[in-house]
Amino acid sequence: MSDDASSSEVRAYTVRLELVDEPGELLAALGPIAENGGNLLSVFHERGSLTPRGHIPVEVDLECPQDRFDALVADLRDAGVNVIRAGAERYGEEVTVLLVGNVIETDFSETLSFIEENAEASVADVSLSAPGGTSEVASARLRLAAETGKTGEVVAAVREVADRKDLRVVEPLTELEGSA
Amino acid sequence: MKLAVLGAGAVGRSVADLAGEYGHEVTALADSTSAAVDSDGIDVASALAEKDEEGRVGDAAPEDALDAEYDALVEATPTTLGDAQPGFGHVRTALERDRHVVLANKGPVAERYADLRELERESEASVRFEATVGGAIPVLSTIEDYGPETISAARGVLNGTANFVLSRMAAEGLGYEHVLAEAQDLGVAEADPSFDVNGTDAALKCVILANVLSEGDREYSLDDAEVEGIEQLPGNALDLAGEDGRTIRLIGEAGPEGVRVGPRLVPENGTLAVSGTRNIVQLETDHAGRLNLSGRGAGGPETATAVLADVNRLGL
Repeated sequence: MSDDASSSEVRAYTVRLELVDEPGELLAALGPIAENGGNLLSVFHERGSLTPRGHIPVEVDLECPQDRFDALVADLRDAGVNVIRAGAERYGEEVTVLLVGNVIETDFSETLSFIEENAEASVADVSLSAPGGTSEVASARLRLAAETGKTGEVVAAVREVADRKDLRVVEPLTELEGSA
Repeated sequence: MKLAVLGAGAVGRSVADLAGEYGHEVTALADSTSAAVDSDGIDVASALAEKDEEGRVGDAAPEDALDAEYDALVEATPTTLGDAQPGFGHVRTALERDRHVVLANKGPVAERYADLRELERESEASVRFEATVGGAIPVLSTIEDYGPETISAARGVLNGTANFVLSRMAAEGLGYEHVLAEAQDLGVAEADPSFDVNGTDAALKCVILANVLSEGDREYSLDDAEVEGIEQLPGNALDLAGEDGRTIRLIGEAGPEGVRVGPRLVPENGTLAVSGTRNIVQLETDHAGRLNLSGRGAGGPETATAVLADVNRLGL
């Protein structure tokens, strides 16, 4: 018997912020992350799109110990940063799936665009293994970036397209993502 | 306690063999065509020797074992689907005689749970079935001790054959057919491994878990399960998973959303990525986080250990 629910365990979070379009705003927002032992993974700055309040949406991926995350978000808010959403969701923001079967000859690029369009996901990474050439059983590993909390929709879109093309899907056990 | 053991396969034989060590007496032992019956206790060693030499355990008919003198019936005949016969009928006969039943046969618990509980309610005796899920691992008794209402979900690796195949394929880079043939040579897979590799066996165990966890609010059977197996999974799928720090395991889940079994990506060094024929069950508890129980999920003496633990619980 063992217990793997350790609160000091480092896990990944996605934080959505709204920034006023002024110099130094982004830097001010990132300060509290480092101060709370957070490790910045990526910053996605949606240039050109504005939130209903006319602010700039920024999505920050970071890692930090589970027991520090709440303090980190509180510090962000104290620093005047508008935090729209802060990784309260159970699932991670990325999902990795395998597709197995006649992956290539069933129009692989259509498969990818279907997933992107139907689940508002973006394909972050693709690895393909087709040792027998294009007509043999091939496998593809897809890393899909989804809006936080929307990985279920992404997996549903993958299942839908796989079903249509008679491909097998090996889904992740999402309950374990980030907490295993 | 006096035990009647139905079924003389790996599990039935081991139960008969080990019963004495646990302080019990075997008063009947039956296979599908014969039985040995003696109210003072049969000679287990000679019955098993007769089975090896002549293909039968004794001179009596199998029905005689069911009518013999016993305190608990150990039902270890092969699992059947649908109406779960003849196992279910054996359970009925024993309960109507107010004799306890300990099941190793998954059929009656997975396919006719409500009927089984109904028979138990009408009887003075009780039914236990620890051995039907996870072999020697005390999964159901842990759920019973904690209280099913305090456990929100169960998941895990519940088929050793499928797990052996997947872990060998990942470790050695070998193909599905090759590893399955090797498993058969080693006795890890049966001559007909269909139920193991197509997910049915794991699904039956998850259905049983779902029945226990739902406490009668909803009855599950194999038809309610979403089941996918690992047949013909190509080695390159495991390679791609491995490159990303993951691996594939046949995972069964039982929870409020139902029962599901299928190959899933799990962290390569994670708790659920047990190797070889090992099984693991993870319970999601309301107040104590996640509990992991692992051990040997199949085999004669292993499963008999769970059966005899149930017999001991009856005596309390």
